Amino acid sequence: MALGKTLTIAIMDAPYESSNSTTALRIVHAALEKGHNVNVFAYEGAVNLTMKAQQAHPNPVKGTSVEQEQHPTTKDWVGSLFKLASKKGVKLDWVNCGLCVDERGAGDWIEGPRRGGPKDLLDASSASNATLVIPTK
Amino acid sequence: MAKILNIVETAYRATIEEQDDTVLWLSHMLKNAGADISILLRANAVNYAAKGQDASGLSFGESKMTHAPEIDKDVQKMIEKGVAVYLVEEDAKDRGLADGDLIAGIKKIKRKGVPELLDQHDQVWHW
Repeated sequence: MALGKTLTIAIMDAPYESSNSTTALRIVHAALEKGHNVNVFAYEGAVNLTMKAQQAHPNPVKGTSVEQEQHPTTKDWVGSLFKLASKKGVKLDWVNCGLCVDERGAGDWIEGPRRGGPKDLLDASSASNATLVIPTK
Repeated sequence: MAKILNIVETAYRATIEEQDDTVLWLSHMLKNAGADISILLRANAVNYAAKGQDASGLSFGESKMTHAPEIDKDVQKMIEKGVAVYLVEEDAKDRGLADGDLIAGIKKIKRKGVPELLDQHDQVWHW
């Protein structure tokens, strides 16, 4: 375990809807890169960020194929963040809100995140140096 | 235990589908889990303190919504449970909400009093 600090981030936006998701992941990346531990509480639509069934797609406007477009998926980004955490020797604890998962049928996610609930946010926040909320507006 | 202030600004965010406000629900769950939590209603969310809300009657074809959200009652229950619920007085006035329109137990503060309220808490989560 690294000797860095611990940051908790609560996120709420569904992927591909606003820049909030990318902003949150950039913050997670920056914290991990600097050797800090990060807790993520994915609430409401944010549980879709890690869904395994996400697929890259071609771009008919540009006329590009799937291979040419290399369309990013948030599940791959999150997967890369887990790899980064492992490489840096720090902890990324990603909790998908269980009830939010159930109501969206979003239970099939990539390796790394775990199912949890509001108490996980409270516990993570209590054990962190700082907590940041990025809500849906 | 850190004192947490949840500021709710965005109102009626999927309240029909969720049958509640997701941040008020989360706050209630955190209170049940032992959190020392308070709520500040500002901007459009001050309307959550308006009593007598009725969102019932929604139906799509044969699907009828039988349990509509009752946000004012949810806020009332949290107050009864010991959660301090504050409201920005000017935001309520701007939206035509008089004192008589508000549920009992709401703590009104003036906008200029918000910094002092923030200072009374260890963590401020702005939703």
